[in-house]
Amino acid sequence: MGLFRKADPMRSPTSGRVNRSKTVSFTFDGKRYEGFEGDTLASALLANGVHLVGRSFKYHRPRGIMAAGAEEANALVRVGAGAYAEPNLRATQVEIYDGLVAESQNRFPSLKVDVGAVNSLLSRFFPAGFYYKTFMWPASFWMSYEHVIRHAAGLGKVADDPQDPDRYEHTHAHCEVLVAGGGATGLMAAYQAALSGARVILADEQNEFGGWLLGESDVTIDGQDGTAFIADLVSKLEAMDNVTLLPRTSVFGYMDHNFLTLCEKVTDHLPSRPAHLPRQRIWKVRATEVILATGAHERPLVFSGNDLPGVMLSGAARLYANRYGALPGRRVVISTNNDDAYRTALALHKHGIFIRAIADIRPAPKGPLMKQVQEAGIEVLAGHAVTAAAGKLRVGTVEVCPVSEDGAEVTGEARHMDCDLVLMSGGLSPAVHLHSQARGKLKWDDKQLCFSPSSVHEREQSVGAANGVFDLAKGLKEASKVALKAVSRLSLSADEVAQPDVVAPKQSYQPVATWAIANGLPAGQGDKAFVDFQNDVTGSDIKLAVREGYHSVEHVKRYTTTGMATDQGKTSNINALGILANSLQNEIPNVGTTTFRMPYSPTNIGAIAGRDIKGLFDVIRTTRMDSWHKEAGATYEHVGQWMRAWYYPQNGETMEEAVNREVVAARQTAGLLDASTLGKIDIRGKDAAEFLNRIYTNAWSKLPVGRCRYGLMLKDDGMVMDDGVTTRLGENHFHMTTTTGGAAGVLDWLEEWLQTEWPELDVHLTSVTEQWSVATLSGPLAKQILMEAGCTADLSDEAFPFMSMKDAHIAGLPARLFRISFTGELSYEINVPARYGLALWKALMKAGEPHGITPYGTEAMHVLRAEKGFIIVGQETDGTVTPLDLGMDWIVSKKKDDFIGKRALERKSMANSERKQLVGLLTTDPKQVIPEGAHAVLDPHQPMPMAMLGQVTSSYYSPNLKKSIAMALLKNGHALKGTKVYFPMLDGQDPIEAVITDTVFYDPKGERLNG
Amino acid sequence: MLLISCPHCGPRDEAEFSCGGEAHIARPLAENSITDAQFADYLFYRHNPKGVFLERWRHAAGCRRWFNMVRDTVSHEIIEIYAMGQMPKTKIGKDAYATNWRRASEAEKAAVQTKKKGAK
Repeated sequence: MGLFRKADPMRSPTSGRVNRSKTVSFTFDGKRYEGFEGDTLASALLANGVHLVGRSFKYHRPRGIMAAGAEEANALVRVGAGAYAEPNLRATQVEIYDGLVAESQNRFPSLKVDVGAVNSLLSRFFPAGFYYKTFMWPASFWMSYEHVIRHAAGLGKVADDPQDPDRYEHTHAHCEVLVAGGGATGLMAAYQAALSGARVILADEQNEFGGWLLGESDVTIDGQDGTAFIADLVSKLEAMDNVTLLPRTSVFGYMDHNFLTLCEKVTDHLPSRPAHLPRQRIWKVRATEVILATGAHERPLVFSGNDLPGVMLSGAARLYANRYGALPGRRVVISTNNDDAYRTALALHKHGIFIRAIADIRPAPKGPLMKQVQEAGIEVLAGHAVTAAAGKLRVGTVEVCPVSEDGAEVTGEARHMDCDLVLMSGGLSPAVHLHSQARGKLKWDDKQLCFSPSSVHEREQSVGAANGVFDLAKGLKEASKVALKAVSRLSLSADEVAQPDVVAPKQSYQPVATWAIANGLPAGQGDKAFVDFQNDVTGSDIKLAVREGYHSVEHVKRYTTTGMATDQGKTSNINALGILANSLQNEIPNVGTTTFRMPYSPTNIGAIAGRDIKGLFDVIRTTRMDSWHKEAGATYEHVGQWMRAWYYPQNGETMEEAVNREVVAARQTAGLLDASTLGKIDIRGKDAAEFLNRIYTNAWSKLPVGRCRYGLMLKDDGMVMDDGVTTRLGENHFHMTTTTGGAAGVLDWLEEWLQTEWPELDVHLTSVTEQWSVATLSGPLAKQILMEAGCTADLSDEAFPFMSMKDAHIAGLPARLFRISFTGELSYEINVPARYGLALWKALMKAGEPHGITPYGTEAMHVLRAEKGFIIVGQETDGTVTPLDLGMDWIVSKKKDDFIGKRALERKSMANSERKQLVGLLTTDPKQVIPEGAHAVLDPHQPMPMAMLGQVTSSYYSPNLKKSIAMALLKNGHALKGTKVYFPMLDGQDPIEAVITDTVFYDPKGERLNG
Repeated sequence: MLLISCPHCGPRDEAEFSCGGEAHIARPLAENSITDAQFADYLFYRHNPKGVFLERWRHAAGCRRWFNMVRDTVSHEIIEIYAMGQMPKTKIGKDAYATNWRRASEAEKAAVQTKKKGAK
């Protein structure tokens, strides 16, 4: 025992729920401490007499532990080391384990000596709206001071290694009743609901169910200690198959239709994290009914120096002493405006702590608690308040003054009292965050001085303290009533649980309105009195904002940043509202509240990302020939989710050299392209041809079986959306191809029209993109290679003309052979069932090897098609380009009654000569390649801003033509053929000169299509 | 996140669906002699009410079927789900249909007439 006393000077020898047989060793700022299993970092530090745990956000003021839960605003620490480090964790929520490493934040060089604290001396220069005002200064000033300010402000530092080594998971769950909060009322609600057979999920952010009741020493239920009641309820719930208990799980988000998000800390409390478990798990729960038993937060009092280490919320001190046996001080002054602080006084008194005095702002406090306190010999100063606390790194003395009932005036002489702990009790605020996220309304309770839920939007109900029902017996009764009502809406029922016999101190929950306590000095003098501790917002800041003209609560919030820190104003909102209302000489309900946003408490981004990171972030699609491309040393480009071979560099070739070689080979011998990624849609039904008539701009009814046709698809605004070749496989059977990137979108588009506009058509669509592997063999030797590869079809022009399709076998593989061309050469698109893709590719390469067959990638494909002036949808088009703009009038049927986009093309504005039209460009210097995206002007010497004609859409060096070629969308371009245009360049380079031409640069008569 | 009852698959998370915007927009054909401005009512203008809205949805990550929905854009209450080609059955849905400005647009009148003609 002697040893423990030494290690834990402030630990009660017996009380508390920590496991005294299991000592836990941890470090804080490099110093080793001991605590017990069951301690939080906060309780363990307090038990070691450590109050100073951090520096504040703006002024770098020393800060301690203020609360005992999620509402903690001061004690933010960095936990873990290296890649595992996580900043801004609330010490009140961190469970200690052997070897835990924690550090204070926002201090330099050390917590006790912090140079940033000079901010505190300069605080006149850091008023409300500091950043806004600073931005008004000359920009040069801001630029030079920004890094200093950024360094000084802010909270903790992220892990040194940006790669989070931990694993996080997501899980989905459904239940009839979700109960948020596992205190006494939450447990009761869950138990009552579960008795009906409903599936119940009960989540609580702490390691142990029971909430505040785990820290009350003055409550008995059915003749037993309150904790025995908790243990009994938990064991009953554990035994029920329809109940899921989730400790260490915070319900942080409440979305439409009762969709809630929970974050379960699975291994955060373990000294080593088992590999089979995720560190944290996000639960996505869809609940039919939700019961919110989220409790309440105690409010601080706003007085000078209320942020010193050793100034704490009264309920928190009681909880530390009773639940953890951690004694937060030896000599205590309590300042209160309500009864609850008396329970704390009695509890601490029982632990042998000296209560120097209770300063009660009420002029005549009365009731049984008051009597008990006096019987215990504790001095009560009615009509008094702590008006100022002082001390260097911890509170050492307070001023206690007689004050007016609202605390706004000091009415008599100050008394100075030595102390090492100051407790403040400003009344309770229900934790209405989730209710508010669920768009539930709040009402101002002018007796209990708090906002509590009034009406609901979702199927949810708040119970107990979260509903403003602070009395335990009443809360338990309400919990069971609300749970019964919830299950009855689900057509379930259960017997009402017999109400337990609760014996607790009789207390009033009606504080007096005290929003800011005067310090007896002229306004602005004396030490700061904080409202929002985490964002360093003082009562004076709020008053200043009002004087500067900010009257709306939303504006004051943003201007002062009150309530905008990671604690979301859990302890500060009501005090801020009270001060604002007073300054505006208005009432709190008229001033209104701001909206609570997700998350209820800070949630790890890693947890939110879950497994959707790195390789699992998005699908990567590869073709069946991919292994060959890899072996051949292909470089890749992403096309949507597809990985496509870009070019195949050989012997250290540059990209330019490799692409030029591939482009030349495809026109001189033969090239082979993996075209498997092209979108492919199988279209069947007796109205298939009619459907294509409506989808494409050209006519399809008379296309013979076995023939192919190029089609252009428009949106109904007449703009090009996709293109491709479609083949008639049978009378009522077509094979459509789409662009690689457009495949999924086109299928959706076709389905939309079929289902929503033309349901009368008998057409069925199936995506077959991944059912076929496609190799495109192109070039003058294509036919010969195909035959030598063992093609069984007659490939003569008569038997197999351009734009037709045949079934055949190639190298013994069943194939669909399409004679179509995207290069302008004799070309075959060979489709085989997907699994034969690699075999086909190898067979063609083998047969082609003696002839110099050359595999080519997507870059060469782009050059080859550009030489022929073929467009690429999405490169030559951008959603504002019609077929007429592209000079493709020939593909737009004049005869058809209807096709998508027909009416829109007839709009007068479509004939506007200012529309950009697709043209070709040849540079005066044939070696000069115009950058894609470059803008054309007629006169490069005109003053800026220049009148721009349009932009280059595709631009390449053509090794076959031995000159630079480009396509561009230029205003009235078709009429400007032969005109010179210029492309001004950056960096003082001379403008590039080019002449507008036709778009077909190579083989304009199409003579090469037949090899 | 909404809970949407797909008429084919049952209740599913909103994440499985995609919203296709306003429902019941009749499509005029080129043969309808309406002006470009009137055609623009069909092509570009969409109703965007604060309140009851008739809209199209698709069970994109499920059965891929389209259907109609009557939804309150303020409360997110789903009042009714009904098949493509059908009209709303609830009074709220019927009222929202009837009071939509589109019912009086020339584009719609022309499109509906063509449809009737086609049906004969």
